[in-house]
Amino acid sequence: MNLFLQQLVNGLAWGGIYALISIGYTMVYGVMQLINFAHGDVFMAGAFAGLVVANLLPNKTSFPSVILIFLSAMLFSTFLGILIERFGYRSLWKKNAPRLSLLIVAVSISLLLENGGLLIFGAAPRSFPQIIPLKNYSLGGILFTNLQIILILTSLFLMGFLHIIVMRTKMGRAMRAVAEDSEMAALLGIPRERILSFTFALGSALAGIAGVMVALYTPQINPLMGLLPGLKAFVAAVLGGIGSIPGAMLGGFVLGEAETLVSAYLSSSYRDLLAFLVLILILLFRPQGLLGKGAVEKI
Amino acid sequence: MRRALVIPLLSALFLAVFLSSCGKKQEEKTVKIGVILPLTGLQSTFGQSVRKGVELALEEVNKAGGVLGKQVECIIEDDESKSDEAQTVAMKLITKDKVHLIIGEVVSSSTLAIAPLCQRYKIPLITPSATNVDVTKTGDFIFRTCFIDDFQGSALARFAIENLKSKRAAILKDVKSDYSLGLASAFANTFKQMGGEIVNEQAYTAGDTDFRTQLTSMKASNPDLIFIPGYYTEVGLIIRQARELSIKAMLLGGDGWDSPKLIEIAKADADGTYYGTHFSPEEKEPRVQEFVSAFKKKYNEVPDALAALGYDTLRLVVDAIKRARTLDSEKIKEELAKTDNFPGVTGDITIDENRNAKKPIVILKIEGQKPTYFTTIKP
Repeated sequence: MNLFLQQLVNGLAWGGIYALISIGYTMVYGVMQLINFAHGDVFMAGAFAGLVVANLLPNKTSFPSVILIFLSAMLFSTFLGILIERFGYRSLWKKNAPRLSLLIVAVSISLLLENGGLLIFGAAPRSFPQIIPLKNYSLGGILFTNLQIILILTSLFLMGFLHIIVMRTKMGRAMRAVAEDSEMAALLGIPRERILSFTFALGSALAGIAGVMVALYTPQINPLMGLLPGLKAFVAAVLGGIGSIPGAMLGGFVLGEAETLVSAYLSSSYRDLLAFLVLILILLFRPQGLLGKGAVEKI
Repeated sequence: MRRALVIPLLSALFLAVFLSSCGKKQEEKTVKIGVILPLTGLQSTFGQSVRKGVELALEEVNKAGGVLGKQVECIIEDDESKSDEAQTVAMKLITKDKVHLIIGEVVSSSTLAIAPLCQRYKIPLITPSATNVDVTKTGDFIFRTCFIDDFQGSALARFAIENLKSKRAAILKDVKSDYSLGLASAFANTFKQMGGEIVNEQAYTAGDTDFRTQLTSMKASNPDLIFIPGYYTEVGLIIRQARELSIKAMLLGGDGWDSPKLIEIAKADADGTYYGTHFSPEEKEPRVQEFVSAFKKKYNEVPDALAALGYDTLRLVVDAIKRARTLDSEKIKEELAKTDNFPGVTGDITIDENRNAKKPIVILKIEGQKPTYFTTIKP
């Protein structure tokens, strides 16, 4: 039983990370019906921004430094997200281009970011400095590290924060309006383009923070680190019901736990298989996802 | 351009290319040796070390007049740590550069990828460090100057039982790596034969960064030793995460650990771990010390095992060419097979009937974040 609970704790950390990334997928899908495949690479860019800033700071482990590293990763990926939307998708979207074109742009941007990262940082994995000194806690025989606790709490906090933005602010209301009926929202005077930028900024900020968290947790990063977590977060978004923010959160945690349990009780070789098996099954039997509303188009 | 012109122009171009490639083969001025290494990517530190060793040996060989009255030329190619890329550069070396033999690759999976090509074109392939058993089984043109996984795995199991007094071992292996699987099965066999028990076996895949799940399962079965036959990038993280989960078991590995990166990643957590490898710069043997000081002079750093293997491989190859007295690949192959007690810096190398090297294995222990010489296990 202890072993099982211990594994659940391990899975929770990854669940939070998947959830944070998949929120970006789901929000963008909500407002422009696009699967932004470059999202996983924004996550990678956040991790590298954190690394660059961490290497510049003299006293990495002090509290202000840690905050600064997180903030700069967040700002950088926010900026990157806005750039991608402005120069990658917007003109096509305004012209009402076929969705396939947008998808091809998304894949191209993803490849551009990955290979750009390889060009700048090289393929060799980099160690991320230990900016938070490790502490172990034991609770009834179950081991926690402070890192795991920080990871889980931060992701929960950010999701709560996001919920408030989406449900309680004017921007959030406008976002929901665009997601519900883009044409009508425009007729009623909602500046759709600003909403689009805002959505990308929000999603990318979360991905950037997730990037630094993974970098702290493993602690190793490389320019291709966004590929698999990005795809899995996409699976999580579909699992929860694409377009639904609570669905993305739920999907992230479910997938994180499922992966951990598969590698704990079957074999780690099946772990990546599981994610994509889930994708196929969901698309076949419940395309609207766990929390999605009916009549969602298949992707 | 008008279409009428295109076809004659194109045919003229093809004809020119065809004629120029038909030119008579001229007498070679240098002995050409192709070298395929992972100079960038996941195993880049291995590749860079081998390159340094090869280049040092090359310098010494050419300073001493080369071989058969010719200078030796090394054409070094990077395969980015990918086995398909290794095949591409191997084809280039064989068909375009027309090398006389090839040194490479560093890891087993890439060597297994290029071995059939070399066998088909009858170009001797000598790997300095691919330890998987199947590598030399590809054919009679494939050799190696390092010990094989079987030998290494069972020597490490003997070491675990006799020197470390281990009784309950767990194994964490990389399921995508032939090297790791080979080492793991040889270790398990010998360990069980000698009365030990394998209490848990877990798998990971190269490129993984989180091993907490596997380590958590291992911890529950309470092993006194964990054998991790993997490469330094993942092993560094495994060591760190094992200590993070307060696993107290001894950690043991093979020559895939032998890189300064391992300690760079695992830091103080690496202290007290053991691994087997090909070479220690601390050995007192005069030829080892000569090599170490020449290497330090050229690169301003202490050579690691891969550098020593690269150095030995080039010298052994040149020695075989000297004995063959021709650049005919068939003859070179025969002489390589006859290598007997070649005095290398990684120990005396004898090529056995399966074209594998018989030689000692060195055990290092990491202490104070430095690998230190622990003991030597004879074949």
